[in-house]
Amino acid sequence: MSTLTTERPTTPVQQASRPLARWVPVALLVAALVVALLLRAVLGGGPIATATMAAVVYVVLTYVVSRAREGSRRAVDRTVTAAVTIAFLLALLPLTSLLWTVTTRGAARFDVDFFALTMRNIVGEGGGARHAIIGTLQITGLATLISVPIGLLTAIYLVEYGRGRLARAVTFLVDVMTGIPSIVAGLFAYALFALLYGPGVRFGLGGAVALAVLMTPVVVRASEEMLKLVPAELREASYALGVPKWRTILKVVLPVAAAGIATGTTLAIARVIGETAPLLLIAGYTSSLNLDPNSGRMATLPVYAFYSFTQPGVPPQAGIDRAWTAALVLILIVLVLNLVARLISRFFAPKGAR
Amino acid sequence: MSTPNPTSGLRPRITPPVQGRRGSSPARLGDRVFSGLSTGSGVLILVVLAAVALFLVSESLPALTAAREDVIGGEGFLRYLGPLVFGTLLAAVLALLFAVPLSIGIALFISHYAPRRLARTLGYVVDLLAAIPSVVYGIWGALVLAPYLVPTYRWLSDNLGFLPLFAGPASSTGRTILTAGLVLSVMILPIMSAINREVFLQTPKLHEEASLALGATRWEMIRMTVLPYARSGIVSGAMLGLGRALGETIAVLLVLSASGAVTVNLIGQANPSTIPANIAAQFPEASGLDVNVLVATGLVLFAITFAVNFAARAVLARRADFDGAAG
Repeated sequence: MSTLTTERPTTPVQQASRPLARWVPVALLVAALVVALLLRAVLGGGPIATATMAAVVYVVLTYVVSRAREGSRRAVDRTVTAAVTIAFLLALLPLTSLLWTVTTRGAARFDVDFFALTMRNIVGEGGGARHAIIGTLQITGLATLISVPIGLLTAIYLVEYGRGRLARAVTFLVDVMTGIPSIVAGLFAYALFALLYGPGVRFGLGGAVALAVLMTPVVVRASEEMLKLVPAELREASYALGVPKWRTILKVVLPVAAAGIATGTTLAIARVIGETAPLLLIAGYTSSLNLDPNSGRMATLPVYAFYSFTQPGVPPQAGIDRAWTAALVLILIVLVLNLVARLISRFFAPKGAR
Repeated sequence: MSTPNPTSGLRPRITPPVQGRRGSSPARLGDRVFSGLSTGSGVLILVVLAAVALFLVSESLPALTAAREDVIGGEGFLRYLGPLVFGTLLAAVLALLFAVPLSIGIALFISHYAPRRLARTLGYVVDLLAAIPSVVYGIWGALVLAPYLVPTYRWLSDNLGFLPLFAGPASSTGRTILTAGLVLSVMILPIMSAINREVFLQTPKLHEEASLALGATRWEMIRMTVLPYARSGIVSGAMLGLGRALGETIAVLLVLSASGAVTVNLIGQANPSTIPANIAAQFPEASGLDVNVLVATGLVLFAITFAVNFAARAVLARRADFDGAAG
């Protein structure tokens, strides 16, 4: 053992002996900003170009200064830290831009009329999305009614009953279903109902079926995870009391997992409520209110936003304003659903489950 | 296949109490009904997927067997399909090109750089990107991002025009395949950075601490312990993102001004379309054989995404078998 001490690595210690002072990175950042602003004054360019310039200058400055003072290893380390932070800020850029534009431009038509009127007999200004909002609620509700029982029972099968080849096949196919592109789900619903009702079929229930195809695997995955978290001791205790398996699942396992399953289902709804492509194919669009999902085209909020944007009417600005407001309402719905999901998991989670 | 049954791998299965001798008591009946129902649901999933494949095939058969001049474009199905496949792959690959490095950076920032308390919140913020509906991305991309990129495209074609990628002339609307790829990359960032974050966090703490104790800087620690450990996770995350990007419809449709051209010029007026965007654009007004042709392109899309997702899952599964880092 004593021979090891003779070959002590010396370089890291030497390099670390002269670390940069705390204030140096801040000073470099200020310097980079100044350089970028000067360049902007000379060359012009938008705020994002300036920020990019500042980021590049900062990375280069950091590397040069740190290398001169601390050596190349620390210089690389500092450069990577800067690059990683910049990557994160870069990801926030589209998010803030998107939320900002949707909020500001969507506010123009975010009024009572938007929720009270339909697009019936409206070409230019005015009108609303009442028919589309009701259609979205109906179709998503129907999709939930289809996919939650199937998804939940499949999860119960996989966790409590499934073994052997069938269970493996189902697990695999649920994975496959997760990856189905939404437009293919729409084509499937169309192909299915075209066989039943003839070509060119468009109706709300078809949209619900397409959404259910997209939603079921999400429900299965979420419920499966939650059921697996239920401690085996609870099942054992129930069996020891002579309770049959199905009552154990209904009265012991499901109540414990209920909060998690509700959270997963809410997130699944949030995922499909903004789907446009399948509804464009099978539910179509109409400018009037249609309350019957069994017949006739049915408007939904995403498709409404799509058509308001692509066929804005005359004058076009009114249609584009409606598209932004529809986008705003969609984002609000999705955010509320996400919030509800988090609240469910926070307040109804079983005590001591994790 | 070291774990033959993935669902029971975590804990030993418990047998419920035996109810009486024969299966006649109400409890047994309940058990049979319940297990039948849940097994039936599992089988239903099988049936639905089989039905998806079957109906898609049966609806696309007329397109595959039709005479060449009857298919849209009049040159046969494969000629119609080719440019679309090209455009789909091009847009998705562009999206990956931006999203892979960015998602690794984001994931590293959240898992190893950000203060612990901040990291959770930042994770939620990135997940928020996933919650935004694609039609909103589409409108934003077409009205905000595309006009914003026009000067950049003009600059690219002026200064880098000798590259075929930026040959120009630059699009005056900015609604090019490159813009579509950028929007797609924003859309697949959340799933990719979520997966990367998970695998980065799974790196054994002892490896990291050992490397730091040997005098490694933080980057050297990441390069020598975290990244090698996470490599397969990064690959499969990228492939799942690729699957998403291939199937994305409305955002591409709204952002891209497609002409069906086959070109590698990323910033020009003429852009290839993608399979899903083409279906969504043509389907509402299509009738007769055109519908079958569109369904057939959808079937091809299904096959491509299936292959990509399958490969991604296989990589993940092998990783789980290999180092026991399941989950």
